[in-house]
Amino acid sequence: MNKPTTTTFVGWGRSNGSVSRHHVLHSDSELSALYTGEDSVIARGLGRAYGDAAQSGGGVVIDCTQFSEIIDLDLSLGRIRVQGGCSFEEMLRYVVVRGWFVPVTPGTSFVTVGGAIAADVHGKNHHRDGSIANYIEELVLVSPDGTHLLSRTSDPDLFWATCGGMGMTGVIVEATLQLVPIESAYVTVDTDRTNDLDSCMELLSSGDERYRYSVAWVDGRMKGRHLGRSVITSGDHAKVADLTVQQRHAPLAYDPKQLLRVPLTPPISMVNNLTLLGFNELWYRRSPEHREGETQTINTFFYPLDMLGGWNRLYGPRGFTQYQFVIPFGEEEVVRYALERLQQAGCPSSLVVLKRFGAADAAPMSFPIAGWTLALDIPLGSSSLAVALDDLDRHVANAGGRVYLAKDGRVRPELVRTMYPRLGEFVAQCQRVDPKGKIASDLSRRIGLRD
Amino acid sequence: MTKDVEVNDVTGMPQTVIVIGGSSDIALATLRVLASRRLERVVLLGRNEETLTVAAETLRGAGVAEVSTAICDVTEIAPATATVEKVMTELGSVDLVIVAAGSLGDSNLEVIDAENVAQTIAANFSGPAALMATISRTLSRQGSGRMIVLSSVAGVRVRKANFVYGSAKAGLDGFALGLDDALVGSGASIMIVRPGFVHSKMTLGMKAAPMSLTPEAVADEIVKGLERGAQIVWAPPKLKWLFAVLVHLPRGLWRRMPR
Ligand SMILES: Cc1cc2nc3c(=O)[nH]c(=O)nc-3n(C[C@H](O)[C@H](O)[C@H](O)COP(=O)(O)OP(=O)(O)OC[C@H]3O[C@@H](n4cnc5c(N)ncnc54)[C@H](O)[C@@H]3O)c2cc1C
Repeated sequence: MNKPTTTTFVGWGRSNGSVSRHHVLHSDSELSALYTGEDSVIARGLGRAYGDAAQSGGGVVIDCTQFSEIIDLDLSLGRIRVQGGCSFEEMLRYVVVRGWFVPVTPGTSFVTVGGAIAADVHGKNHHRDGSIANYIEELVLVSPDGTHLLSRTSDPDLFWATCGGMGMTGVIVEATLQLVPIESAYVTVDTDRTNDLDSCMELLSSGDERYRYSVAWVDGRMKGRHLGRSVITSGDHAKVADLTVQQRHAPLAYDPKQLLRVPLTPPISMVNNLTLLGFNELWYRRSPEHREGETQTINTFFYPLDMLGGWNRLYGPRGFTQYQFVIPFGEEEVVRYALERLQQAGCPSSLVVLKRFGAADAAPMSFPIAGWTLALDIPLGSSSLAVALDDLDRHVANAGGRVYLAKDGRVRPELVRTMYPRLGEFVAQCQRVDPKGKIASDLSRRIGLRD
Repeated sequence: MTKDVEVNDVTGMPQTVIVIGGSSDIALATLRVLASRRLERVVLLGRNEETLTVAAETLRGAGVAEVSTAICDVTEIAPATATVEKVMTELGSVDLVIVAAGSLGDSNLEVIDAENVAQTIAANFSGPAALMATISRTLSRQGSGRMIVLSSVAGVRVRKANFVYGSAKAGLDGFALGLDDALVGSGASIMIVRPGFVHSKMTLGMKAAPMSLTPEAVADEIVKGLERGAQIVWAPPKLKWLFAVLVHLPRGLWRRMPR
């Protein structure tokens, strides 16, 4: 039954894989044949979406990671043109040493430009700079109905449907991004420890103006008075003047290395109440109550997890999920409720991150809206988790919020329309460029993204 | 557009389910729990039109949007296979197939004969096994999907009181284990459920064995098993440890087990 051309694809959470044909894309000319074939197709980048967005059981997964060239960098303007499968990691190695940085970055550099646009990713600077779509000058999209050159002024409806569109409008084969200038490959970081959720939120809010980047790591285990105790790190790219004499020799030197790789999946999850207790306690205790002006490398600040390759394996064979939602300002209680509800269900969150979002962009399926976003990594397998998350979905939807589809593997399908009220506009664009519904992912089927 | 295709979510919850043995109390209790989660579409296959209709009504009442039924006797392999294939094609894709068909039959020496032994084995083993072969081919083609097979502790160590049924379940259990191994890499997988004594239609009027449980309790274990991604589910779970001992009991002792 095992055909040699098939592969089991899973999301970053390593759960709920499906088997499909694996087509490694080398040229965009291959796409028209794929679109006219029997099976449904979906683009895949580096598979960092946590759930089932980049897989399609029984169909064809178009692996874009070998379609990854840097086509052009305009050094004076900071504009880079790359193929859709180019990773942030490759791009950074090329641009940082030349004094440029990506305008928006997720918490890992192992994402492709196509995947980042398809999820309209946000970074620690969303409160100030918005999500990645704001910096896309131009896109080349190959859809079943042909090739589209897209920008905010050229076919804007399709442009915006593609940003955050989870690959449903076609394959992004090329993108031009506006980079931001940097003086150094370092970040100046301020750290604050807070005792509870209120003070954490207060501090994050007051830092909006001051800091380009900020995020709070929340100790998910704490209850009662200390619920939401956290460590906030905020910062901005360091100026040469901020560096030590030694660092000034080569302020833009950049050659990050992976320290370790998890070689195989342990038979049981290494992430449990016990290990979490130690880890969280250590992290919190290790952090200073208040520290200013620490210099960190780009990778320590933006991509701490990238140092441990394949860390997702630590969750064992059952895998894990990330529940990330956003709720508008004024609905802060939902954040508190989420932390409490998961504790009550006995589902330990290994990593909890809280952040503020600025205004939404024009993309109908883009995740960020002005408000608070909470992301919780949770091991799968507990029998109370599904019900607890279903309950959270309801609270999030009622508050006018939504969950992030790039992280999702389980949202209540009937709430997707409430969470993303512009789904209809999005479906109309999909229908326009893919009238036969050739593009489908496990995600799109599970939650009815084309219905 | 490939319509009506749904997939399991990361917590193991299905949207589209087919049940073979559609009036099984355990299967129905399971569907009622799943209905409170993601269940959207169910097809019940079974021998008896009336009980299927009643079961379908219960599920509609539990909020399942689409419920349909079809006649299917697992002992009639050719028509049963055709029915299952047709249903799977019409659905487009299936998240979960519950294989719950079975009947206790007779194991009393005075009563059994070639005819009814063959019938019991067909109802509990050869029929379901044949259909599982068909189902696994379809699930492999879609690259995902699960089967739940209702085995029984009666098959873990066969005993005198129900040796015909027990040996058929032993066969089914072994078949499912082997098939599940063969399916690795296909996207399809099997969860084997081994309940103890369950108060249900099938055991009506029988004296309950120790650690007996209700179909609802078995259903809870099944749903937990889906969430856990289990390969084998014992209901109640402690039977696993009990049977780890019981399989080593000397035959002379085992023979004298009251039931
Ligand atoms: C450790 C970690 C931290 C993260 N932090 C953040 C964060 O801070 N902010 C944030 O927004 N996200 C974050 N993410 C999520 C991640 O940025 C997104 O899931 C992103 O989409 C992953 O890109 P990828 O190349 O791996 O895409 P994949 O996971 O392979 O695919 C994701 C989606 O993009 C589509 N896609 C991929 N390539 C193309 C293409 N060429 N054309 C069209 N569609 C395509 C796929 O169909 C799929 O729907 C994080 C993920 C991890 C693992």
